[in-house]
Amino acid sequence: MKNLHVKLLALVLLIFASSLIFYKVSTLGLPLFPSDDIEVWSIEARLAFTAKKGPLKVQLILPTILPGYMMIDENYVSGKYGLAITTVENNRVVEWAVRRAQGEQVLYYYLQLACDDGEGAGSFSEQQKNKVEAPNLPQYPENTATAITALLEEVRQKSADVKTFTRELLLRFNSETPDENIQLLLRDVNTVNERVELIRLVLAGARIPSRTVNVLFLREGARHSKLIPWLQVHNEQEWLSFNPENSESKLPDNVLIWENAEQAIFNVDGGKNSSLDFAISRHTQEPIRLAEQRARKMDSRAMEFSLFSLPIQTQNVYRILLMVPLGALLIVLLRNVVGIKTFGTFMPILIALAFRETELVWGIFLFTLIVALGLAIRFYLEYLQLLLVPRLAAVLTIVIILMTVITVFSHKLGFEQGLSIALFPMVILAMTIERMSLIWEEHGPSEALQQGFGSLVVAALGFLLMSNDTMAHMIFVFPEMLLILLAVMLLLGRYTGYRLTELWRFRASLSKDDA
Amino acid sequence: MSFIEQLFPWRRMKSMGILGMNQRNGDYIAAYNKRALYPLVDDKIKTKHLAESAGVAVPRLYALVEIEKQISTLFEKLKPYDDFVVKPAHGSGGEGILVIIGRSQNGYRKNNGQIISEQELGHYISNILSGMYSLGGLPDTALVEQRVQFDPVFADVSYQGVPDIRTIVFRGIPIMAMIRLPTRQSDGKANLHQGAIGVGIDLRTGKTLSGVWHEQFIDQHPDTGASIIGLQIPNWQEILYLTVHCSDLVGLGYIGVDIVLDHEHGPLMLEMNARPGLSIQLANRCGLLTRLEKIEAIKDIPDGVAERVSLAKKFEYK
Repeated sequence: MKNLHVKLLALVLLIFASSLIFYKVSTLGLPLFPSDDIEVWSIEARLAFTAKKGPLKVQLILPTILPGYMMIDENYVSGKYGLAITTVENNRVVEWAVRRAQGEQVLYYYLQLACDDGEGAGSFSEQQKNKVEAPNLPQYPENTATAITALLEEVRQKSADVKTFTRELLLRFNSETPDENIQLLLRDVNTVNERVELIRLVLAGARIPSRTVNVLFLREGARHSKLIPWLQVHNEQEWLSFNPENSESKLPDNVLIWENAEQAIFNVDGGKNSSLDFAISRHTQEPIRLAEQRARKMDSRAMEFSLFSLPIQTQNVYRILLMVPLGALLIVLLRNVVGIKTFGTFMPILIALAFRETELVWGIFLFTLIVALGLAIRFYLEYLQLLLVPRLAAVLTIVIILMTVITVFSHKLGFEQGLSIALFPMVILAMTIERMSLIWEEHGPSEALQQGFGSLVVAALGFLLMSNDTMAHMIFVFPEMLLILLAVMLLLGRYTGYRLTELWRFRASLSKDDA
Repeated sequence: MSFIEQLFPWRRMKSMGILGMNQRNGDYIAAYNKRALYPLVDDKIKTKHLAESAGVAVPRLYALVEIEKQISTLFEKLKPYDDFVVKPAHGSGGEGILVIIGRSQNGYRKNNGQIISEQELGHYISNILSGMYSLGGLPDTALVEQRVQFDPVFADVSYQGVPDIRTIVFRGIPIMAMIRLPTRQSDGKANLHQGAIGVGIDLRTGKTLSGVWHEQFIDQHPDTGASIIGLQIPNWQEILYLTVHCSDLVGLGYIGVDIVLDHEHGPLMLEMNARPGLSIQLANRCGLLTRLEKIEAIKDIPDGVAERVSLAKKFEYK
């Protein structure tokens, strides 16, 4: 009955914690394992214009779909402008407005992106699943109709599908020595935009769906980058991207598709001489900070109560604190399943925490040194027949004196590790010395040394476990792991099987041949 | 021994019905011993009062020392007695027990022959008071009580101490018993982990079966060389009755009752233990679990002491 109760409780804890972890990993994108720093692009869009006297309204289309990237942060520098984010035809649009403005005006939009090979691309392809209607046959003007028909016929001959068709077409448009038809068509084309429009018009003649996208090349240190129009055609499965100026058919790395819009990327109502350019820089960041920033951006309740919301100093305290249950679980395993004897239940954990500062080998050395010296002095105190509490106080004082002396000496000798001894839990050390001397007197030195050695082994194991980076990362990012630990502890609390050392204890019965 | 059992020794232990520490704590102590009743056995003064009021024979209490001040008047009180035992009220596992077997010019003679001065005895008691032997270092009380003069039957098989009979009683039915014999190593104490010998007792006849010393089977006392097998415990029936009676007094379901045989006063109840050890299984070369499960299966445990004792004997224990 009780077993069932405990198992159910453990199951509930496990399910709750696992689903929370799953949610944090899959939806918020928190990394389960510690990973290397990742690249972050900072993009600054600078919109400058001269205001005519009077009300001003500025619209800028913001990037929505970022294949291969993950938006961590964005913000706006608006000055005295009113700011509104709206959605227009599936595009996010930021609107700045002001009643009165004069002279040069500059508005900024900042965007931080992290490279993300996983889900960003996934959500992009999902967007592309929407069926794309083939365009209607356009009515070409008479003077170009023949040229276009001839061009289409020629390209159709040399191509197999939408992709090769588009490439053949682009090759002709970008040829060093364009033929007459192309020359005729390009006669009035001056800008890249017009060129893309022309190509799309020709493609419509073959009923190939196409669109223009404005892309931004992410180059470290770029100061005045502009958006570059690229051509995309749909092959009934996905949008294929083409560089209209060199017929390149794949988006290079570090390219950001800003928008898939027909309309102008920005629009200044009540201003003139407007220009938009981009400054780009790159740096690296810890993935966990990124994920945390992004999760906060998503307004997730789960992150509101995250440990990351604490001040850094408190965070560091909790980084250590949250590892203690892991050590406690180790103690449970070693004591109840293995059956190792230690001084005090959780004393080894506290020693292990102290090892964090001293490093393992020095920690063991210093611990052994203090306990050995302390024991020697404690045996002398026994001879003086002191009362218990004053004697404990005396041992405590002696432990602190020993620690001070060791620190000073090791400093003089140039062993900086000796300085970290100050973090040893001296009360625990004093109690250890006291208990060890009692066991020494009552059960003999072998028992005392055995338990002392056992404690030290457990402390060393505890240190190795608690200083494990993967564990530290997991527990700090997912504090609900503690519920899993709790569930395991509850289950072990009802473990009624043998301890490993009992196999040794009852070995006489085992070897007895009465089968 | 089959191959599988060699590979998985715990399977063999299970099939032998050996009770492990985890199972003892989880399935028996936690389930059958109410925590509120623990003080009745953990505090030796309470146990003594409880037993005395129920008419159970216990070693006579000479003095209680509760505060430091009483130590100075204690020696006056102890004048009439040549020998006595000092123990902490909350000691466990036989820790903190000091046996004085006589006086000498300079003070008191301990059971191992050493002389201890009055001042040293005072210091010893003050250590007890400050909680050196009690759980969690809580302040404690010291008892000074009558030293048991053990039955000469055991003279050959004990070394400088009093053997006691530990019986484990489950739901009021004795299930396993052993006699614990002090050795030179145990310093006259009758606790197995201090080096005493445990010798299993046949519940039906009260005859000793086989011995265990430091987890090894033995047939002879290591100090005296006398055989420890086949000894008849005197007044066995009486001891069993007393054991059952004592377990009824405290109402704990899984308990160890320690009885000593005084050559003058007969069986005396020394103390009881709510967490009796597991070595009794080695002493009897038999697991507790089989017997525990048999008794767990009984629905109605009879009220009468005699009925339960006969029930204990009736069970075909291997």
